[in-house]
Amino acid sequence: MSVTVQIPTPLRRFTGDSGEVVVEGDTVDAALADLMRRHPKLQPHLLGDDGKVRSFVNVFVNDDNIRYAEGGATRVASGDTVSIIPSIAGGAGGEDRA
Amino acid sequence: MDRLVLLHRHRLVVERHAVTTYPEECCGVLMGRPLGDGGGTLVERLRPVDNERQESRGNRYLMHPETVLAAEKEARKLGLDVVGYYHSHPDHPSRPSEFDREHAWPGISYLIVSVQGGEVADARSWRLRDDRESFEEEQIVDQVPAPAGHRAAAARTQARTVAKSKEERQP
Repeated sequence: MSVTVQIPTPLRRFTGDSGEVVVEGDTVDAALADLMRRHPKLQPHLLGDDGKVRSFVNVFVNDDNIRYAEGGATRVASGDTVSIIPSIAGGAGGEDRA
Repeated sequence: MDRLVLLHRHRLVVERHAVTTYPEECCGVLMGRPLGDGGGTLVERLRPVDNERQESRGNRYLMHPETVLAAEKEARKLGLDVVGYYHSHPDHPSRPSEFDREHAWPGISYLIVSVQGGEVADARSWRLRDDRESFEEEQIVDQVPAPAGHRAAAARTQARTVAKSKEERQP
């Protein structure tokens, strides 16, 4: 199952400047695993030390955020486009305040 | 050292945003393009957005992915890229926090404005290293447009140069 992964601009330096990478997989997890096999330098920016997708990294299949579907188990079909979109978060140091 | 070239009027918009949202954090998107040949990154369009955090807005900010996606589409329509993001640190230095580092990607600019007691203290810009270990500061080039009279003179000079060049090419 071939799907196209759209690479966000700041991470294209890790895919040889490619904005799109065609990968194999029938779920989002499988597609991302194949993407990181092909471009291993992406991994630390997509996965945390625990091997899970970083909390600020979001994946869309076509226009749908997989967070509202079945997460990494969301199925993808040939011709689908998978987009990696960050939430932008941060702020001054310290713990969350009430 | 990388460079972030910021039009002076854009810098004023960012600073005003940071002051008006004080004591909460503000945030926004920087759209532009690389200048090439080590010239840094030029910001050509700003998109201030709402801080979408529901709580702890004094030391946290958030842009939902749908907001980021909309900004990316807007940038593409303009022939630009999202080249970075800005946010404020109320009553805190303009240095990225550990929380900033955990939520950053390399390859883009993170412009931080420190607001102390409701007034802008300073602004600094940062890029995450590829190994994610720390940020490196980049130079902010505050680009002030030349006064109108100077622009007109420059345009006349350029027109004369082009005309002369055409004359020289005549057989």
